[in-house]
Amino acid sequence: MLCNVCKLNEAKVHLTKIVGDKMQKVDLCEDCSKEKGVDDPTTYSSEDTFLGQILAGEPAAPEPSSTEPTVKCPTCGYSQADFKKAGRFGCSDCYATFGEGLEGMLKTMHKGVRHTGKSPAAFQQTRAEAQKLKLLQKRLDKAIAEENFEEAAQLRDEIKRTK
Amino acid sequence: MTIHEFLAPPAVSCQRSGPNDQIVMSSRVRLARNLRKLPFPSWAKKPDRLRVLETILPAVESLPQLDPHFASAMDDLTPLDRQILVERHLISREHAAKSAGSGLVVNQEESICVMINEEDHLRMQALRPGLQIKACWQAIDALDSALETKLDYAFSPELGYLTACPTNLGTGIRVSAMLHLPGLVLAEEITRIINAANKLNFAVRGLYGEGTEALGNVFQVSNQMTLGESETQIIERISKALNQIIEEEENARTTLLEKKPKSVFNHIGRAYGILANAHTISSKETMNLLSLLRLGIDLGMFKGLERSVTEEIFLLTQPAHLQQQHTEKLGAEERDILRADMVRDRLRSVQRPQAPK
Repeated sequence: MLCNVCKLNEAKVHLTKIVGDKMQKVDLCEDCSKEKGVDDPTTYSSEDTFLGQILAGEPAAPEPSSTEPTVKCPTCGYSQADFKKAGRFGCSDCYATFGEGLEGMLKTMHKGVRHTGKSPAAFQQTRAEAQKLKLLQKRLDKAIAEENFEEAAQLRDEIKRTK
Repeated sequence: MTIHEFLAPPAVSCQRSGPNDQIVMSSRVRLARNLRKLPFPSWAKKPDRLRVLETILPAVESLPQLDPHFASAMDDLTPLDRQILVERHLISREHAAKSAGSGLVVNQEESICVMINEEDHLRMQALRPGLQIKACWQAIDALDSALETKLDYAFSPELGYLTACPTNLGTGIRVSAMLHLPGLVLAEEITRIINAANKLNFAVRGLYGEGTEALGNVFQVSNQMTLGESETQIIERISKALNQIIEEEENARTTLLEKKPKSVFNHIGRAYGILANAHTISSKETMNLLSLLRLGIDLGMFKGLERSVTEEIFLLTQPAHLQQQHTEKLGAEERDILRADMVRDRLRSVQRPQAPK
């Protein structure tokens, strides 16, 4: 394997950086690794920016997030940065606000990403009602398609009552 | 009425017994719940925290299954009262440190305890002596169902009960048992057991939960995953693991007695010797030696000494319980002396241990 920078010598230093779910790799020869200052494993943590520069072939670009507006929870004013710092959310609406990327995190913590346990009785009721309505609507559509108008009228009344 | 006037004295509370209580000291099921639209406790400003307390406290107090109960705002309790509650395993150390806007409700039996504005708006737990996880779940499930008609819970059909920390999301359930495992510790098998439990995604912690030492050979085993499994599935999985650990502890004790009986009797005899004769002793040493005394009782080495007595001494020699028995403020050194005096006195009439025949 040849060095990524000089493309002449055998690569002896291998750097890997994981950003989110993307992995970046750099292979360097001894001379180039010294030149870039990444030959000493004890200073490995300070290598992050070097790796970015080497990969990009130019000095690292300024943080793009500084120009982007930070998303805040409309209910409680919590930001993504607050979550990163505390590991907890600000309120129950934060789960909707910061829903993106949540599933990946939940996968590492839990058996699944969907709730299969207890629900408040009020929710169970609304869910059961919604299911019943859906079924009635289906039967109504079928009755109309079959021009079975007597049954359709009955179903229409039942849907009205359920709603 | 103060909390220690309300709670049964240790001499009474330690008499409570349950199945498998030779190894399982207690079982617990905790549920985390929050109110919609209100910031979680650690993010909420004081007025919001007070609003949550004013909403939840009367709802909890109105429940008949909690009668008779003690209720209080945390800032109305003295630091000593709070520490007593921690030593009785009724509240977390985190909750003891909370101030305005946090509260607690506990029933006289100490079988149900509700923390308000801990990490979540509502943390309710059912406790039972011995291995009684299903009974704990039934009690807390009923309490939760009664409360959901009075409070507006934050719930999503996809994600379940929404909690401050995503590690509690979904069921919000934490099932745990406190285990006394001196056999596995003496046989140096405990690390293997802890690793096996961790592999099954169960956490093994010390006496006072997260980040505490396993003093007195007491370990707390609990589930970590709360989403993607129902409450019943979680309970069945952990019950199976707990039964296995109980069996391992029993086997370790049998093997130790077969292979190294002198070493076991030596540990127990020395523990008795120190406890019955020391004139100053730390709370940590007391707990570790009481664990061996308890093992001796399980092995039939002490005539006329009940396990409940070791549990009572265990509780009474904890710093806050010890302080509570004295009016003047005690320093650490004075506590060690008074602790030794009390233990000597309690063990005065206990006969020296005899190796079982």
